[in-house]
Amino acid sequence: MTISDDAAVQFSGVTLRRGARTILSDISFRLPRGSVTAVLGPSGAGKSTLLYGVVGELVQASGDIDVLGHALPRPRVRDLFTLRRQMGVMLQGNGLLSDLDVFENVALPLRTHTDLPEELIRELVQMKLAAVGLGETGALETNELSGGMARRVALARAVVSDPPLMLYDEPLTGLDPIACGVIVNLIRRLNDALGMTSLVITHNVREVLEIADQVLIVANRGIVFAGTPAELDGSADPLVRQFMDGAPDGPIGFDYRATKAVAHA
Amino acid sequence: MREMIAALGRFGLFLLRILGAIRPSRSQWRDTVRQIYVIGARSVPIIAVGGAFVGLVMTLQGYRALVTFGAGNALGTMLSLTVFRELGPVLTAILFCGRAGSAMAAELGLMRATDQITSLSMMAIDPVGKVVVPRFVATVISVPLLTAVFIAFSILAGWFQAEFLLGVDGGYFWASLQSSVDLWEDYGQAFVKSAVFGVFCALIATHVGFHARPTPEGTSVATTQAVVYGSLMVLFLDFLLSATLY
Repeated sequence: MTISDDAAVQFSGVTLRRGARTILSDISFRLPRGSVTAVLGPSGAGKSTLLYGVVGELVQASGDIDVLGHALPRPRVRDLFTLRRQMGVMLQGNGLLSDLDVFENVALPLRTHTDLPEELIRELVQMKLAAVGLGETGALETNELSGGMARRVALARAVVSDPPLMLYDEPLTGLDPIACGVIVNLIRRLNDALGMTSLVITHNVREVLEIADQVLIVANRGIVFAGTPAELDGSADPLVRQFMDGAPDGPIGFDYRATKAVAHA
Repeated sequence: MREMIAALGRFGLFLLRILGAIRPSRSQWRDTVRQIYVIGARSVPIIAVGGAFVGLVMTLQGYRALVTFGAGNALGTMLSLTVFRELGPVLTAILFCGRAGSAMAAELGLMRATDQITSLSMMAIDPVGKVVVPRFVATVISVPLLTAVFIAFSILAGWFQAEFLLGVDGGYFWASLQSSVDLWEDYGQAFVKSAVFGVFCALIATHVGFHARPTPEGTSVATTQAVVYGSLMVLFLDFLLSATLY
């Protein structure tokens, strides 16, 4: 799958607020179709807020958002849900339904949105569970899973219907290095094989940069870097360097108040 | 006052949202049947035991009062009218709020806190249709049935106490019960009451649980509200219905 000039997601001068607080101000970026984009940034910088903006959960205070050819916000909830059927979202909290077992959790989008025969649903679910290395866990209850296993089940559920747009919020949290490698490669392989467009929010910088086509760094209420992983490595911008080198001192404040002060400066 | 009117408006809108999310789908019906088992069938023991004790106490106290006037044989009438018209529907609904309403609110609150409700919305699945409607419909079906269980155990326990411990003739007990209980006036209206109580118990429990703040404290507050608001609402509605039905 090649990356297209066409954008699956486009933000133009978008401001996102939570209540009275402005989280992201006047941001613009595009996710070319077929690409994998890594979104990096300090905790609390607004990475998940950006994801909530893409899925239409958070309505922009200003600016234009276009997702898969549709402008947000959608006029009706039904229209928004129709658009969301074309997205796979893996949230930071796994969001696995506690009254369903692993198999039924993964099967849920298929059972709700399709009329596929039971046999095919079983086959598809089994295939996705096997892809995340949990082929034999279908009968387990969600409370029997470790944190890392639950992340992988959530990933299997997000990709079960092979949507054209995949949004991952911290997909590698709680995974051991082997699982990390497998999942990172799986994200890339699914993206290429099924012609998806992927947005990966993560703190596992090195692992994700290996598969990303584009990197966005979110900090100080905006996007402070947008480019390829190679450009990121070569960047001399003090803010980018502080983040990549994990330095305590620099333009990105560690202290919450300090961050706000920088933001308003 | 304005806040109270706003809260009533939110409850009303949530009820409309629930009614609008009811679908004749197999998956929703399957979820509802499961909830009838979880919140209805599993409440039978507490309702049955509660009903039996109420029957025993009412018979004991009623007998003492009635024999003073030589009317011990009217025990069946007194017990049946009290239990059918008031105690059955009211106490069943209050016990249900304590047992299942609190559980529903806690479960929905935890679902909110653990991103389950958000993830449903992200999967383009209406969370109200998926997690609220089955609990709501299951409650509206279960509460009248549990009321029947409560009444049955109450009267059986009352008869046992009357005939075997107080020495009242069993024939008189059942005859007075049969002659004084009307199918619609007493039996039917008990079910109307309990169905109304069921709607409000379910609405309050699901509303406070679904909108709980996503924190442990939020879940705890929602659980308490489900029981307190639910029980007070049952008592208030009982007054309204008793004033209009009888």
